[in-house]
Amino acid sequence: MDPLSEYIRGITRDNPIFGLVLGLCPTLAVTTSVENAIGMSAGTAFVLVCSNVFVSALRKQIPSAVRLPIFIIIIATFVSIVKMVMQAYFPPMYAALGVFIPLIVVNCVIIGRAEAYANKNNVFYSFIDGLGISTGFLLVLMLIGGIREILGTGQIVTFDYTLITLPVNPSVTTMILPPGAFLTIGGLMAIVNYQRAKKRAKGG
Amino acid sequence: MVEKALFAILMDGIFIKNFLLIQFLGLCSFVGVTKDVKSAAGMSGAVIFVMTMASIVSYIVYTYILKPTNMEFLDLISFIVVIAALVQLVEFIVRKNIPSLYRSLGIYLPLITTNCAVLGVVLLSVNSTYNFVQSVVFGIAAGIGFAIVMLMMSAIRERSTFVSVPSSIRGLPQAFFIATMLSMAFVNYFWVIPI
Repeated sequence: MDPLSEYIRGITRDNPIFGLVLGLCPTLAVTTSVENAIGMSAGTAFVLVCSNVFVSALRKQIPSAVRLPIFIIIIATFVSIVKMVMQAYFPPMYAALGVFIPLIVVNCVIIGRAEAYANKNNVFYSFIDGLGISTGFLLVLMLIGGIREILGTGQIVTFDYTLITLPVNPSVTTMILPPGAFLTIGGLMAIVNYQRAKKRAKGG
Repeated sequence: MVEKALFAILMDGIFIKNFLLIQFLGLCSFVGVTKDVKSAAGMSGAVIFVMTMASIVSYIVYTYILKPTNMEFLDLISFIVVIAALVQLVEFIVRKNIPSLYRSLGIYLPLITTNCAVLGVVLLSVNSTYNFVQSVVFGIAAGIGFAIVMLMMSAIRERSTFVSVPSSIRGLPQAFFIATMLSMAFVNYFWVIPI
């Protein structure tokens, strides 16, 4: 195993949304804009990397019969840290993400990686795995957020900088409302499935 | 904060803030367990029960243990422990007293611990400073809303297996497209029910 390919694996094959299909709730709920997507991914990334490192460092001490409650307590501790830091230093972001910051604790991606990867691998590789999965999560969230924001409002505004403005404003408000989230992820998943089927057919 | 009428909270939980289609809580079970009506119904029953119990117990824990000792910052950790313990307890009771129900619910019960809808209902009622009766009503309402959508979705998906669609859309993407339609209907409750 070399670290770089382990990192890339988190973005491509083990991508949390399209590969593992875990952690759908925050993916759909907070992606009304690119800015929210970045904030959510940052919080999740911190918790994922820290819990991966912690679980992996303690993997020989944790008795396997009670490992899941212990994982949940470790994750809940880091989520509380993220929640308090965000509440103190980024109040607008905290207000926008609302109940989904504390809900990182039940995000299946984090407990899934603790169980499937960090519990079996050493600290360094668990760290790399956490980074890779977080990057994959960030890219997908930004993609979904970008599609929804640009179709819904006609522009992408991130941290007070206007990145892209469409010449005509489509303003399909449905895209920022809940149905837009289901539509976007359904479409993206269909594209991913199509590409995979094509690749498989080519490779034989 | 203005006292909210119980009926308003009930409608809020079932339709306006529907957990699956509007708030996106509990989507893992939404796409995972809606392949046939029977398991969707079993899952919904278990969720309604755990949500109601979790609202009751976590309200007591928050108001009578965490608040007097100024330890509100421990809310997240204590709620998740409460929910995990509750799910265990429900599993024991159901297995002992109603074995037939246990056999049909069996595998879904442990899944509820990591269902974000249950933790979500508890956190939302703490955030909106509901009193005891209000949080219990909100818990029941959220459970009913969850059940309605689960049953609709599973019935539609059971039928949609007979429809011929391109192979890349079959499965998850198709489920999400169905959810888009359902969600569009539910979004309109914002205007239909003026509260």
